[in-house]
Amino acid sequence: MSTGGNDAAQRTNFLAVEDLSVTYRTGSGDVPAVRGVDLAVAPGTKLGVAGESGCGKSTIALALLRLLPSTARMSGRILLDGEDVLTMKWGRLRAVRWAGASIVFQGAMHSLNAVRRIGDQIAEPILLHEQRTPAEVRTRVSALLEQVGLPQQRAAAYPHELSGGQRQRVMIAMALACNPRLIIADEPTTALDVMIQAQILRLISGLVSDHGISMLMISHDLSVLADTCDRLAVMYAGRVVEEGAAHEVFSTPRHPYSEALSAAFPRIGDPASRRRPRGLPGDPPDPAALPAGCSFRPRCPAAQDRCAETDPALWRAGAERRAACVHVLSDEQAVELGVPPAPAAPSAAPPDRPANGADPAQPEEIR
Amino acid sequence: MSAGPVERPPGEAGGGSAAPASPRALAWRRRRHSLGRFWAGYRGNRAGLAGLAGLAVFVLIALCAPLLIGPADLSLTDAPGGPHEPPSAAYPLGTDNYGRSILDLVIWGSRVSLTVGFLATLMCVGLGTLVGIVAGHYGGFGSTVLMRITDWVLVLPALVLAVAFAAVMGQGTVTIILAIGLTAWPTTARLVRAQTLAVEARPYIDRAKALGGGHGHVMTRHVLPNVMPIVLAQTTLTVAESIIMESTMAFLGLGDPNTLSWGGTLQEARNAGAVSSGLWWHLLPPGLAIVLVALAFTLCGRAIEGVLNPRLRERR
Amino acid sequence: MSLSSSSPRPESEAAAPDAAAPGPVPGRRPAGRRVSLRYFAVKLLGALVSLLAVMVTSFFLFRVIPGDPVAAMTQGRKVTPEQREELFRQFGLDQPLWQQFLGYLRDLLRLDLGLSYQYKAPVTELIATRLGPTLLLVGTATLIAAALGLWLGTRAGWRRGSTADRVHTGVALTLFSVPTFWLGLLMIVVLAGGAGGMPHLFPTGGMGSPDVSGVGNVIVDTAHHMVLPVATLVAVLYAQYLMIMRSSLLDEMGSDYLVTARAKGLRDDLVLRRHAVPNALLPTVTLLFLKIGQVVSGTILVEAVFSWPGLGMLFYEGLSVPDLPLVQGLFIFFSASVIFMNLLADFVYPLFDPRVRT
Repeated sequence: MSTGGNDAAQRTNFLAVEDLSVTYRTGSGDVPAVRGVDLAVAPGTKLGVAGESGCGKSTIALALLRLLPSTARMSGRILLDGEDVLTMKWGRLRAVRWAGASIVFQGAMHSLNAVRRIGDQIAEPILLHEQRTPAEVRTRVSALLEQVGLPQQRAAAYPHELSGGQRQRVMIAMALACNPRLIIADEPTTALDVMIQAQILRLISGLVSDHGISMLMISHDLSVLADTCDRLAVMYAGRVVEEGAAHEVFSTPRHPYSEALSAAFPRIGDPASRRRPRGLPGDPPDPAALPAGCSFRPRCPAAQDRCAETDPALWRAGAERRAACVHVLSDEQAVELGVPPAPAAPSAAPPDRPANGADPAQPEEIR
Repeated sequence: MSAGPVERPPGEAGGGSAAPASPRALAWRRRRHSLGRFWAGYRGNRAGLAGLAGLAVFVLIALCAPLLIGPADLSLTDAPGGPHEPPSAAYPLGTDNYGRSILDLVIWGSRVSLTVGFLATLMCVGLGTLVGIVAGHYGGFGSTVLMRITDWVLVLPALVLAVAFAAVMGQGTVTIILAIGLTAWPTTARLVRAQTLAVEARPYIDRAKALGGGHGHVMTRHVLPNVMPIVLAQTTLTVAESIIMESTMAFLGLGDPNTLSWGGTLQEARNAGAVSSGLWWHLLPPGLAIVLVALAFTLCGRAIEGVLNPRLRERR
Repeated sequence: MSLSSSSPRPESEAAAPDAAAPGPVPGRRPAGRRVSLRYFAVKLLGALVSLLAVMVTSFFLFRVIPGDPVAAMTQGRKVTPEQREELFRQFGLDQPLWQQFLGYLRDLLRLDLGLSYQYKAPVTELIATRLGPTLLLVGTATLIAAALGLWLGTRAGWRRGSTADRVHTGVALTLFSVPTFWLGLLMIVVLAGGAGGMPHLFPTGGMGSPDVSGVGNVIVDTAHHMVLPVATLVAVLYAQYLMIMRSSLLDEMGSDYLVTARAKGLRDDLVLRRHAVPNALLPTVTLLFLKIGQVVSGTILVEAVFSWPGLGMLFYEGLSVPDLPLVQGLFIFFSASVIFMNLLADFVYPLFDPRVRT
């Protein structure tokens, strides 16, 4: 990703988010929800965005199609197939919505219109974006319903007549309706019970792979994203704090926050994971009053004095990996970047592996 | 939303009676504090302030009327001017069919209109609050029946009910007050019941009951203070309705012919042929007075509602 | 496609002008329109109980409270002892109260509302002859007011806080504060009475001029007479509808399904028309029917002011005499119509809200 210029990035990535910031204007001042985020999704790949509620991940999902309320101010670039969504004309934007990128929303009960039949709701974007006869649309809706495992007769049903899982299937069918090249899945399995969650996940990732569609999946559940996605971005307080190949970020997290997120879900077949302390003390910071330095510092088990002075950027942390934590820096790199050096640790850390066994946040070292 | 926001946030509620030092003083301090917050919210509503100013003016006029107008000015037989004089320097709003100054009539009429409006409101808000709290507090079959009755009265045409009642009772100011009070209470009852249910769902009510608080104690000491803000908002809105209703009933000939009210003046104007002969000055001022007073009350009521209910405020 | 036949759908018809308006779409089954019998039975029973309550109330109001109903009915007039005797027998006042009540109920079930003093005719007959003009007036005014109120309320709510919103809300609030009868009087003075040299644009009252013949002329003449009363009634009613529609729409504004609709690429006006309005209409319709009593009140005043020969005018005439059998009959009739309209609303509602069905 670091290779090649901007043009190359635009060509190779179907979606490229560059330095995106979103600020909500409220009565009591501006609240930054997203602060300079870069994301990239190559054609046919799946990117997962993880984080606690309130970290700005759902704001990103809505920002991608400019669906945020008018109180939100956006800056940066959102390149969808090389076109900047933020500067598009309204007409072009409406054409791109759903046909270029569609969304599977969380909580399908409220995301579907309660007083219209689901067949009509699936057909609506097709009629809007494509020149089709009613008969063709009917056929298409039936085919879509079949793809998501619903009998075509269900087109006549109203949302309240379906179960939660079935409604989410309808949302997926709707998202596929116009053959988009990107699907944004915003917590697609939240509020479903575990068995149904697994079904829906298999369904959505299977369909996306079959059709060669790119996907951006947003979830608080790191294990779900690790299973489904190729690459992973972990967000905290409106920023990406770690990024890399999905299984690597999940199994060997470099940022203490990713570590905590990853530890929150036990790994099957790994008895050690069950003994590790889980969860994270404290609450996510108030976006209107972020702490100085690293915003994760107040909750970080590996925080040092220098973390209060340095606001870490996404630094290289291995092949195709980056993390925003001073611990990924060698002493030389730190000096070069003007970051204060690490305090003398009881056991000297090898320069290329700053996180060591003494660091409680990095137990993977044992491996 | 449903929670009465001003008086007693649940978090503070525990501190009230559990504090070692005089719980009563503490409660009063809290109430003074919330009153201050309420005023701060109200001040932000310009329409509400305009309504309040309008009210103050009308109440002042009504109170000062005896200082401005003597009995001679309102005498039918010995009126100061000639009949139906158009507006002039002596009679800024002209005279009526007896030669009385319309301005004097409007000023004097404010006394009856405001009094009837307030008394009728007092009656129907009192009745509505009683029904609402009782229905909300006790629940069960009796409450269901009570609310069915409330809904039934709510649906019936209020004017027809009030007028039928007044027709049976015979004309008079007391009749009008009773008729309005007996027909306009259901809205208040429904609001108060909803609020009562919300208040009773709060934990400190359970605690009060566990500590041996009887029905009467819970209803008067805990529920009533919490529904008062809603009742206040409803009161101001109901006064507006009552004043319009009073004028309407007076216009239909159900008022006391010997008292001067705005509606009565309008009825007289119509009977004196002011409509067909285009004597606009006889018709315009009393009606305008009704509109202004009703509007002032409505604006106040909406402003209070807006402060109490942030979701509404956002809407309005 | 083995899908069942399609039935027309209100939303898509509303959206028809758009090029992309959806045509028939798969799997519409008319069978979905079935509502449980229990729902209807409960609503019907409720209406019957309400009706009975009206009858009991009317009995108490007009027979029991006055103490001497004959004196109350004849107040202000001279009656001979024979007339009193006749009235006593007519109302069965020599019998015990419960027998009077049963007799009263029996009469009501036979649609016998007694005799009017003034007209010396059965009240039922009077109501029948005066019903037409009232229906014409109320129907026209309600249709116009509903269309106007829902449209403006939608516009105001969709752009909350805009100038248009503030103007519409301000006008509606002012109209709330205007007494209906006074507005009618002003209309007459300004547009019909010739005050201040204004031309006499409209007749001051009544339903038609005496010397008009021919169907076409009568229609034009009636319409001419209708303008002012209808305008007055519309002004009072539309403000009501506007505020209700506005707040229903505001309740829907934050909903997720509207975000979905926007994400699909729908134009703002289509998001409003196809998604927000159908949802906001449901609570609005319920509230509109709840407020139907105010339509009746408005009609009485407008008819009284404009001498429109309908039921409201009849009520006004009954009041001024006072003609209590007439007032009582109209009280029962008005209340029963309101209850009936609400029952109708309950029966029609499931057609609009699929959630009530099944």
